[in-house]
Amino acid sequence: MDVSPTDLVGHGFLKGMAGEQLAALATCGAGYRSYAEGEFICREGANADEFHLIEHGLVALETTAADRRSLVMVTLEGGEVLGWSWMFPPYRWYFDARAVAATRTLALNGALVRAACQNDPQLGYELTRRIARVVIERLQATRLHALDLYNTHPPRK
Amino acid sequence: MDGEAILEYTDLSQLLSVLHGYGYTVIGPTLRDGAIVYDEVETLADFPVGYTDVQDAGTYRVARRTDDAVFGYTVGPHSYKQFLHPAVVSLWEATRTDGEMTIRTTPAPGAKYAFLGARSCELHALAVQDRVLYQGAYPDPVYAAVRESLFIVAVNCAHAGGTCFCVSMGTGPHATSGFDLSLTEVQGEGAHYFVVEVGSERGGEIFRQVPHRAANADESAAAERVVAEVAGQMGRTLDTDDLRDMLYRNLEHPRWEEIERRCLSCGNCTLVCPTCFCTTVNDVTDLSGQHAERVRTWDSCFTADFSYIHGGSVRASVRSRYRQWMTHKLASWIDQFGTAGCVGCGRCVTWCPVGIDITEEVRGIRLTDGALSGQP
Amino acid sequence: MIERTDPWIPESYHIVKTWREIPDTFTMELKPTDGREIPRFASGQFNMLYVFGVGEIPVSISGDPSQRGILTHTTRAVGAVSRALCDLKEGAVVGVRGPYGSHWPVAEAMGKDVVIAAGGLGLAPLRSAVREIVAARERFGKVSVLYGARTVEDILFRRELEGWRARFDLDVYVTVDHADAAWRGSVGVVTRFVARAAFNPEQVVAMVCGPEVMMRYTARELEKCGVVDDAIYLSMERNMKCAVGLCGHCQFQQFFVCKDGPVFAYHRVKSLLAKGEI
Repeated sequence: MDVSPTDLVGHGFLKGMAGEQLAALATCGAGYRSYAEGEFICREGANADEFHLIEHGLVALETTAADRRSLVMVTLEGGEVLGWSWMFPPYRWYFDARAVAATRTLALNGALVRAACQNDPQLGYELTRRIARVVIERLQATRLHALDLYNTHPPRK
Repeated sequence: MDGEAILEYTDLSQLLSVLHGYGYTVIGPTLRDGAIVYDEVETLADFPVGYTDVQDAGTYRVARRTDDAVFGYTVGPHSYKQFLHPAVVSLWEATRTDGEMTIRTTPAPGAKYAFLGARSCELHALAVQDRVLYQGAYPDPVYAAVRESLFIVAVNCAHAGGTCFCVSMGTGPHATSGFDLSLTEVQGEGAHYFVVEVGSERGGEIFRQVPHRAANADESAAAERVVAEVAGQMGRTLDTDDLRDMLYRNLEHPRWEEIERRCLSCGNCTLVCPTCFCTTVNDVTDLSGQHAERVRTWDSCFTADFSYIHGGSVRASVRSRYRQWMTHKLASWIDQFGTAGCVGCGRCVTWCPVGIDITEEVRGIRLTDGALSGQP
Repeated sequence: MIERTDPWIPESYHIVKTWREIPDTFTMELKPTDGREIPRFASGQFNMLYVFGVGEIPVSISGDPSQRGILTHTTRAVGAVSRALCDLKEGAVVGVRGPYGSHWPVAEAMGKDVVIAAGGLGLAPLRSAVREIVAARERFGKVSVLYGARTVEDILFRRELEGWRARFDLDVYVTVDHADAAWRGSVGVVTRFVARAAFNPEQVVAMVCGPEVMMRYTARELEKCGVVDDAIYLSMERNMKCAVGLCGHCQFQQFFVCKDGPVFAYHRVKSLLAKGEI
């Protein structure tokens, strides 16, 4: 299906982006995707040819332990962006992403977005800046997460 | 009584007798184990007559004087806090019977003390402790019981110690208030007497029973000279200008690290300090398990346990503990109690085993005000 | 001599009920042994709880301030005294001194939006505030409760959180740091939820309680959303022993956490929180 700039304008990740840039991104749209509870959005190691703007729902980024138990690293919600493996070779998903609740996303084609950014460095800069911001926020959260703040048995100072 | 009076040296023991007659346990300076300490005194013979002390950073020596001065020294390792705020005291006792618990305040010893020979810095230290332990929302009952029956005979210093800096702190050497009686010891040309000032009604009542006469102008002037001379002999100085804010803005000054290299974190400074008030409690039981007691003891912010919360000590490094102690004395105390917690007595300087000198440390920080430690 | 009440003497209470909330955390309900009402307290205050012969610890009050018949405390069994407290059975006697300290600005929050952010056991002293707010819900604007726990098993007051979540007038976000696929909720640090909560940054009061690092970063996220630092409140933890500002242990520069805190407006402690070992 076709994606129009109006589909993009309301998403938190693209908030405030210029009209012509939204229009350029819209041409890279791969369409809306719906995932039932428990359904995988992407699998570790698979081709990352798309990324997702989450409209609503709850998505767990996870990996599988030796006992096949899934370990959830973080969950993402409506308004957040899922996936940045499409940006750099080898374009493969690093983790699993699974819908914890019924989830709807707007998928964008990674190759097309890369090409669009190549053609329009201003779009490329704007998108990279937005992704960098998301990466920084997730990294800061991950660092706090790594501190294991509620561990009741921390090593004694 | 109007004006100042003269108490002859030979009549000082009369003052002691009258105080004893009133039921006071008289606490005065006395020589013990090579130091002038505070303890019960019965007669003039208990006083370190003809002795002085020689003090500097990390050193204290008692020496003979060439005269018979009764108060010819400054302050030793003791302060009055051991009487008002005892190092160990039982707060309460509890008994448990049939699932019920009864808790009763441990009866206070009920001591009625007269402090004879309190220096101006000691009176200021008492005033500081009053604010902390007596005048707040929760007066400490142990302190209050002693404080309320206290009789104070001040002595104006006739000699400044090597680590004294009361002039800098505005706490001496002249005792101006907070006493019942004050004495200035004057010697010379065969004379040896005390110029006495009465500071309270109770002081007047007691003093009326001690032989004395009115002071003449020369005698009063001699006493004033003694105090004025001492003010010029301070062994140390501390610049208090902007002190609180200066320390607050230098919490990450490299000087703290330098201090850490020398500080043993032994807590001597907190023990000898006349205003340090921190305590901890121990809950103990007897063998039957039916009797329990809470015992309060002095504590020191130099121990790791002092700031312990689950997971560890908040002040794990020695530098942070010294910083806590010094900034408390000279900065945060002002916010907490409206006065500095330091009275310039110099005890922490004298009794520090490695001679860390609070006046020197302040000077060092001030000299490079705003410098930042390279370490986090 | 003036008769004074002795600030050191605990009052006797019976344990009416005691139960484990989560593996290391328990709640107990206490009643004065002589049948009188419990002293009035405000949300966020704490009591000193004494176990006969073992010792005394500060424990925040987790119950509803309007409930005068029963005193509710929730704490973790991690030290000698808290373990002994946890081991006590119903009917046992404990000593209680208090309540002490400052409280959550519930009254000041009336007419405004409220953000409650708790981490781990930090939910215990905030539960009082949430109950108070829920009891007078119409007097507050939007109310969000953000709660982070270590694992799913560590979620404190889970049933009550579910009850709050079921209400149409509370936004409740629960997140855990570690989970497997069986968990149907959020995973990630609680600070991430600040930006997602709905509130007017100019008309909001935020109450934050949890480990110091969590509080500091939650406050920073709130500031990023435009909340001023005097509308943010934190509850500090220090070594409180006497609870009345006499023993010196809980000093935090010029503050005695026991009497000036534990609840502080963020702007009063912000610069100190960044320094460490204060």
